[in-house]
Amino acid sequence: MSPSEVIAAPEGQRETFVLNLGPQHPATHGVLRLKLTMDGEFIVRAEPVCGYIHRMHEKMAENRSYAQFLPNTSRIDYLSAMTYTHAFVGAVERAAKLEVPPRAEFIRVITSELNRISSHLVWLGAYLLDLGGFTPLLYAFDDREKILDLLEGVTGARLTYCYYRFGGVCNDVDEAFTRGTKEFVAYMRPRLDMYRALVTDNIILRKRLVGIAPISAETCRKYGATGPVIRGSGVAYDVRRREPYSAYPLFDFEVPNFPEGDCMARYLVRMEEMAQSLRIIEQAVDRLPEGPVMATAVPRVLKLPAGDVAYAVEAARGRFMVHIVSDNKEIPYRVKLRTPSLSNLSLFEEASQGLVLPDAVALLGSLDLVIPDIDR
Amino acid sequence: MSALAAIQIGEPLRLVLFLLGIMAFVGFNAAYLVWAERKGAGRFQRRVGPSEVGYAGLLQPIADAVKLLTKQVLVPPGADATLFRAAPILVIAPALISLAVIPFGPALAARDLNVGLIMIFAFGSVNVMALMLGGWSSRNKYAIISAARVVSQNVAYEIPMLLVVVTMLLVTGTMSLTKIVEDQAGGFWHWNLFRLAANPLMPLTFLTFYICMLAETNRAPFDMAEAESELVAGAYTEYAGMGFGVFFMGEYANILLGCSLATVLFLGGWQCPFGLLPGVFWFLVKLYLLVFSVIWVRWTFPRTQFYGLLNLSWKILIPLSLGTLVLSAAMIKLLGR
Repeated sequence: MSPSEVIAAPEGQRETFVLNLGPQHPATHGVLRLKLTMDGEFIVRAEPVCGYIHRMHEKMAENRSYAQFLPNTSRIDYLSAMTYTHAFVGAVERAAKLEVPPRAEFIRVITSELNRISSHLVWLGAYLLDLGGFTPLLYAFDDREKILDLLEGVTGARLTYCYYRFGGVCNDVDEAFTRGTKEFVAYMRPRLDMYRALVTDNIILRKRLVGIAPISAETCRKYGATGPVIRGSGVAYDVRRREPYSAYPLFDFEVPNFPEGDCMARYLVRMEEMAQSLRIIEQAVDRLPEGPVMATAVPRVLKLPAGDVAYAVEAARGRFMVHIVSDNKEIPYRVKLRTPSLSNLSLFEEASQGLVLPDAVALLGSLDLVIPDIDR
Repeated sequence: MSALAAIQIGEPLRLVLFLLGIMAFVGFNAAYLVWAERKGAGRFQRRVGPSEVGYAGLLQPIADAVKLLTKQVLVPPGADATLFRAAPILVIAPALISLAVIPFGPALAARDLNVGLIMIFAFGSVNVMALMLGGWSSRNKYAIISAARVVSQNVAYEIPMLLVVVTMLLVTGTMSLTKIVEDQAGGFWHWNLFRLAANPLMPLTFLTFYICMLAETNRAPFDMAEAESELVAGAYTEYAGMGFGVFFMGEYANILLGCSLATVLFLGGWQCPFGLLPGVFWFLVKLYLLVFSVIWVRWTFPRTQFYGLLNLSWKILIPLSLGTLVLSAAMIKLLGR
């Protein structure tokens, strides 16, 4: 029986079994659990079970001040902490009408893009690990180490940065950082070529990814998928271009998108995005303006005017939006965090139907899920 | 060698000595190939590999073995305990027995059977059953999926492998491994790999054999049985302690056997390329070069997709090996051996 026949078969005639993938499984990279109804090795139905790492971030936001909640945002998607804090400070700045100095905006762009590359490098290593290639993981982490060193030098943290503050950034960058960033851009370009030659063009990898688990643009829209997932389905949706924020309109970069919608398209989008991020970083470092990095007269006790405000950023996994509802108190009335991984996971059930187990693992990896980002 | 030959010993004693030697050889290799694999993987991945236990981590295999031996051998509740315990032994025993007919040197074979090749493949098929039993008796869904995969994979790859071996039989005209090696004497251009007069597709035949060997031993990129990112540890999921350890040794014993067979069939066994040093040395050099290439492949390529693997066998390797078989037969008919 084909998987579609199994789905159509009446209850008593199905010969299926339930395979429990997770919450501790090498392919889920965290505590995601998938209840797979299988017909042999074919997936009839995949039911994601979330909530194993639910930490009540939204509720926590309702009983602490804006500044106290700021460090939480970097722990939602720990691989893309810069962009997440960016969304939260952006929302607060938008509501409080704080003017961020251009130097601070440029620094935010540089650090966010470095963070994006480091996040994509983790994905690259982990994805190839899912596909059974262990070696690229260590090469990718080796490159990522250089980014972490750079960011550690300027922020003091290696993973969960709390570098952006309301009105700017907390430290100015020094000569060592700009020089190191330029060196990194020069170093990373040949590395990307190397990954292309050794990994992307590998025949086994191509066989594993090309044409596997295609997702249509309609499916992506239906579930609200964003980021590399929707760009891998041919929709050039990128918050940096569609709803420009920070200093992004000043830079010249492309939004890579591939119409095929298969795992290879999502793979290529992320690989191409790293190259585009390098372009943005190069331009921003070259044109880094002088001046202060903090807005003047940021009130010590922040009270946002009543009403709601939203701020979306393009995080490494897609559109991350912070929606604050304020009632003119020090503590927000409600904070809604719109995270990309949850939407991207939602389409898994539909997209995985009829796939064999290894292809489903390839699909899961191509969605690049970060589990705390799903559960929040 | 000459010392051994000088001592006149009875045949039963000689056989026991050789079999003990083979067991020691396999045990030593299983331990130190793990070390070589970890060290090699470290180098491929810009790490140092094991380095703490002993000089360059050389005592690491012993530490690992001690750790595995001290662990409890768990039998999961509801599992078939007899089959569960028998499976690891069934993996390693056939490899040990088959190594008895491999000629390591001119007089260094435990038994020069005139049907040596058939014996190796007869025992080689037991390997599949052992992994299937291990997966089946574990009562674990991942293990059962892995068992089903192992069966279809090994059945698919046994066919092109046997076709290649039949081609070699046609070319060499004997099933005795010693005779096959003796047949390749005198310079490397006499090796079966370069016997283009008998079959112009010989290098391709060797490649087919090599791929089939990787698939038969369940090595990456064909490690469907283990597939750690999909099936956790596949058929080995429920094994702990020395049960797992014996599976692991069995894997390396099978690699040794496969590489020895490739050396004998294609690379001239103990024949040296230019008449220096004793034959055993050359046999081991060729053997370990092949083993190294197996390790190299594992740490370079991602895992193949399962249906891709079956397609490779049924659509490419089987027609190819059939073609070379027919071609060799035709050439022998026309030109003589």
